[in-house]
Amino acid sequence: MTTFATQFTEQAKRMTRDLRHRQIIRTALHNYEIVRDQRKAAFQDWPTARQAAAETKWEAINHLDQHLVAFADKLAARGTKVHWASTGAQARDIILGIVRDKQARSIVKSKAMTAEEIHLNEALEHAGFDVVESDLGEFIVQLRREPPYHIVFPAMHLTRGEISELFQRELASAPTDNPEELTMIARRVLRKKYITADIGITGANFGIAETGMISITENEGNARLTAALPKTMITLLGIEKILPRIEDLAMFLPMLAVAGTGQSLTCYNTLYGGPRQPAETDGPEEFHVVLLDNHRTELLADAEQRDALHCIRCGACLNVCPIFRNVGGHTYNTTYSGPIGSVITPHLRGLQDWKHLSAASSLCGACTEACPVKIDLHHHLLQNRRNAAAGKPAFFERLAYRIFGIVANDPTFWSLAKKLVWLTQPLQKLVQGSALDPARAWTQTRDLVPVARESFKDWWRNRP
Amino acid sequence: MTERENILARVREALKVPAPLPGSHDDVRSHSIPPVAGARQWLPKVGDSFEDQLALFAKNALGLKADFQLLNLAEEMRQALIRLRDSGSWKRVACHSGPLTDAICPMLDRPLLRTDRPYDVQALEACDVGISECDALVAQTGSVLVTSRSAGGRALSVLPPHHVVLARREQLLPDLPAAFELLKRKYAGNYPSMISFITGPSRTGDIERILVLGAHGPKQLTVLCF
Repeated sequence: MTTFATQFTEQAKRMTRDLRHRQIIRTALHNYEIVRDQRKAAFQDWPTARQAAAETKWEAINHLDQHLVAFADKLAARGTKVHWASTGAQARDIILGIVRDKQARSIVKSKAMTAEEIHLNEALEHAGFDVVESDLGEFIVQLRREPPYHIVFPAMHLTRGEISELFQRELASAPTDNPEELTMIARRVLRKKYITADIGITGANFGIAETGMISITENEGNARLTAALPKTMITLLGIEKILPRIEDLAMFLPMLAVAGTGQSLTCYNTLYGGPRQPAETDGPEEFHVVLLDNHRTELLADAEQRDALHCIRCGACLNVCPIFRNVGGHTYNTTYSGPIGSVITPHLRGLQDWKHLSAASSLCGACTEACPVKIDLHHHLLQNRRNAAAGKPAFFERLAYRIFGIVANDPTFWSLAKKLVWLTQPLQKLVQGSALDPARAWTQTRDLVPVARESFKDWWRNRP
Repeated sequence: MTERENILARVREALKVPAPLPGSHDDVRSHSIPPVAGARQWLPKVGDSFEDQLALFAKNALGLKADFQLLNLAEEMRQALIRLRDSGSWKRVACHSGPLTDAICPMLDRPLLRTDRPYDVQALEACDVGISECDALVAQTGSVLVTSRSAGGRALSVLPPHHVVLARREQLLPDLPAAFELLKRKYAGNYPSMISFITGPSRTGDIERILVLGAHGPKQLTVLCF
């Protein structure tokens, strides 16, 4: 049962020593930090905006039943087919059902972390359908057959040279180290896909309860093309994406952009309220919205950590996290990495299997400070530690602390223990770092501070 | 029970225990901020006068690498469009019907593809430019607000490599809250199926976080305003 934890520790150890990886991530995030701070400063009052955003999400999540009903009914009233999926398997079946029903030949997809969560692409490919990611970063990692490295910057761990080699191998393109030329290669390949695809699959950043619309934020225009050209559009979103009112976006769209990429507004922020309406000449004939639970209601039931469902997936907490920046996104081996992933993965995939992520934190609180909706991230990591320990107490650890408690409470035992430690200290030196070393977990990577012969108490008593 | 009922039942069960109010982990004690209504006080500042707002839109457009041309007469707009046609050597032009587009596009002397009647997607893809009207310009962010109803559908403003927006000065709005007020006033009860805030030409930073324009959508965005 410790396989995920062991994997994490081993890969983290390897990645933290990889100085090239560290340099790539630092370079990639350096400019982000500068522009993000400029954009925050341009706000008249960023702290109050954060508090208001947190309260709006609180309102949405704590009345989620009403908002979900309004959202679904408004969408349905304008011809959208709304589906509800309790599990990832149900969501996959619903989408596979639609795709089979349409006898789709090719599927174009824009970025959706929820689809990563339920392994949608694998399911579609396994059923014999051709699905292509259209976001440039997602397209690159799909060609590499690996999951996105970061929820907002999927290919930030790759250099242009690596991408050029990948394109040469997979797309038979000419070598180039020019990011613009590389982008144009992908543009040409994907243009054909949009035009021929029967089905477009998207995620959503927000679901508006008041008007029954989904909102998609993107820079490239790939989601807009995905929602414009194929005859059938399918949108998969988690039930927590709800916002009560359309005007809430006046604040959430710029805040998502500032926190996510350091832009004042992302290039395309688009609302979709249905399939092609009478008198409209393009857009999908059918629009399906799939609402996904997949353990979200379990997190909802944990009132203490319910605010983790406020997350708008901007990735700001990843960008500032010293752990993420050193171990990298793939080390987590989860759909959602970084602080938010460490908080929610134990809820979505099992506390005992994923409790090691609660320790993947320096508890510096940079994540909590960066979060535009004020999720109490680093305290939730502590709460997960507490819950994991309460759910499965470690026998030896409890025994050790019980003995320590007895010794520390008794002055005679305590002074005896001090003497004993000082005396046996040289023995520890002989086995330092080996399997026999009782302090091995510490001494593997750190020096053990030697115990002084005379304690402060003794010195004070014996001072001249 | 259907899955809808199952999920809603779980949501209701979960919500029986109230959650702490946001900010309870730091020093925020009052929870009386009226959401959204206050947004205007917190979002980036927009000048009070129309001239300030126009200047802000121009500044933002420049930062976004969009081409914003402020013109004085409808006639100047026609000339500006002809200059764009010649410099971009447009062969095929896509547009939709509207008061501004109808008055100006036919003078371009190029075959016109109209997207407000049934059209062929391949033909639209082969066009050099898509010319559309808009619902509003937003000074705060330098955005163009379009809808499937006001701007010739979903594809016209994103498929051709160059998007030209024809706008009038009175369409300039100060900020995002004003844009949502406009949408509610104009469309409430009968929204177009697509509403989009376009903020500069299509872009990506997915390769080493280096900015490249024209990822999938238009490489160029021009806003002509008189």
